[in-house]
Amino acid sequence: MNLHEYQAKQLFAEYGLPVSSGKAVDTPEQAAAATAEIGGDKWVVKAQVHAGGRGKAGGVKLVDSAEEASAFAEQWLGKNLVTYQTDANGQPVSKILVETCTDIDQELYLGAVVDRSTRRIVFMASVEGGVEIEKVAAETPEKILKATIDPLTGAQPYQGRDLAFRLGLEGAQIKQFTQLFLGLAKLFQELDLALLEINPLVITTEGNLHCLDGKINVDGNAMYRQPKLQAMHDPSQEDEREAQAAEWELNYVALDGNIGCMVNGAGLAMGTMDIVQLHGGSPANFLDVGGGATKERVTEAFKIILSDENVAAVLVNIFGGIVRCDLIAEGVIGAVEEVGVEVPVVVRLEGNNAELGREVLEKSGLNIIAANSLSDAAEKVVGAAGGAA
Amino acid sequence: MSILVNKDTKVICQGFTGSQGTFHSEQAIKYGTQMVGGVTPGKGGQVHLELPVFNTVQEAYEATAADASVIYVPAPFCKDSILEAAEAGIKLIVCITEGIPTLDMLVAKEKCDQLGVRLIGPNCPGVITPGECKIGIMPGHIHLPGKVGIVSRSGTLTYEAVKQTTDHSFGQSSCVGIGGDPIPGSNFIDILAMFEADPATEAIVMIGEIGGTAEEEAAAFIKANVSKPVVAYIAGVTAPPGKRMGHAGAIISGGKGTADEKFAALQDAGVKTVRSLADIGAGLSEITGW
Repeated sequence: MNLHEYQAKQLFAEYGLPVSSGKAVDTPEQAAAATAEIGGDKWVVKAQVHAGGRGKAGGVKLVDSAEEASAFAEQWLGKNLVTYQTDANGQPVSKILVETCTDIDQELYLGAVVDRSTRRIVFMASVEGGVEIEKVAAETPEKILKATIDPLTGAQPYQGRDLAFRLGLEGAQIKQFTQLFLGLAKLFQELDLALLEINPLVITTEGNLHCLDGKINVDGNAMYRQPKLQAMHDPSQEDEREAQAAEWELNYVALDGNIGCMVNGAGLAMGTMDIVQLHGGSPANFLDVGGGATKERVTEAFKIILSDENVAAVLVNIFGGIVRCDLIAEGVIGAVEEVGVEVPVVVRLEGNNAELGREVLEKSGLNIIAANSLSDAAEKVVGAAGGAA
Repeated sequence: MSILVNKDTKVICQGFTGSQGTFHSEQAIKYGTQMVGGVTPGKGGQVHLELPVFNTVQEAYEATAADASVIYVPAPFCKDSILEAAEAGIKLIVCITEGIPTLDMLVAKEKCDQLGVRLIGPNCPGVITPGECKIGIMPGHIHLPGKVGIVSRSGTLTYEAVKQTTDHSFGQSSCVGIGGDPIPGSNFIDILAMFEADPATEAIVMIGEIGGTAEEEAAAFIKANVSKPVVAYIAGVTAPPGKRMGHAGAIISGGKGTADEKFAALQDAGVKTVRSLADIGAGLSEITGW
């Protein structure tokens, strides 16, 4: 789960890390009022969406009056912000962060992720901060400094000092950076984060370190023990159908094609999409119904798939490991009858009681096409959807 | 021969009396697995599925000298269960449960490594040596004792590969689901090394997915260390790049992780790659002459 910048900064502040004083607002009036509350004569107004690249997309602005702050809020609230990290529709803006303006001397990069290869939380820092950081990492990887955290002992002060010296920081900045590093490591551990990023981390004209942006992604598996983060969940930033699917423990991702797919298992779901494409078709979605494919969940899955009006045919591909295919077949029939499916449905059942499952489908008299194999299923569904693209 | 488990492997189950533990232990016993007991705190002394129940893994280990433990406890308690089994002296832990917090796995994996414990999973179907020992949730009946070693990140994709090798009458030496989580107890390289050393394994099927760099690392390992023929399939060619948040993920992976990059790395290592999931059996025929 992603957090907004204003939420990340709220957490940074709670962990004693240096952030600008600011306020997240919902209306242009509140934006104007916030400038007075915060004080000063210059402010930064930032559209809050779950994506990077906001600056280049016009979602961040320096303003020097309450009217300008209000106009910016008017411009963005209720609209979608499209950046190179969003899809073509962008993400809806429902909050604007108004904060004090920081005078910047230098921009750094600081990030942390769980690295699969080393099986450690890895901190990454660079003096080449800002928007070109991925280019820096690709072309001059030696400029990305790293510190790996031992899962049993946690982050140590010497690791922070080491990074600080290698970044070329001096004087009081060494201590500031070490405290920042230890605070972020603590936050990462205690809040079950998957990704944390401050880009840029700036040195102000007074020579102090300051967190100018904040991105946080939380491990979805750990949400059960993070009640405070649960309350920060913003469903408006997620695809509506994906959220609806999640309520039924269905894993759904919308795509651009016209062949709806319903599969058990994430790997097989991806494999099914791939084989549809190999046969000239184009998948409309990824959908994993999970291990316990009950009639209710198959019905919900059909509803979600068919809510996409591009869908011209549906492929159901189930490998019945433990579940019985005849029960799945009855589930599919029930769902087709209940939902009133008007497009052709191709079903491939394999595993437990697969023969019986195919018989049940054939006897149903519904517009269900039984397939004998994976390739056969792909061919039939591509044909049913009007042929190869 | 086989890897990890065989007819002599004695297995206990953590979360034995729960619905998952009960169902899959029954299936394992039917398959011929030497289940020797189980652990459910507070139910020690009871008998379940005609086997003894213990309060702790330590007690179970002392009474049964179990070689392996299979874990079906709910995700919030898995770190505790893995550490309990590892500290008790169990040498092979198979964790089936999905949804374990990543930071829990960082600690559990580190501790298992320190104690020399082999951890398989989590979020995986388990391990099977056909005809001898089944630890996990895979359907036993689709397997056939034979000569192909199968290692996979995905449960249902493993079943597809098993079915094709059974349909072609090649059979399987052992099949290992390493699981789809970011921090698996064992990775492709661990299992590939075992298959390379196992005389019963004549060819290897490796099934990967997009995300992470485990397949690229496996390709480098195969190039240097694996002499047996390998067929690989990677799922997710059509998967769209996910919505992104920041840069840290891209920096750490160094631009790797897409299906095309994985296919390229594996081909460069001399692996026979198949673009269609349905072609795994045919791919094996092609490179082995079977």
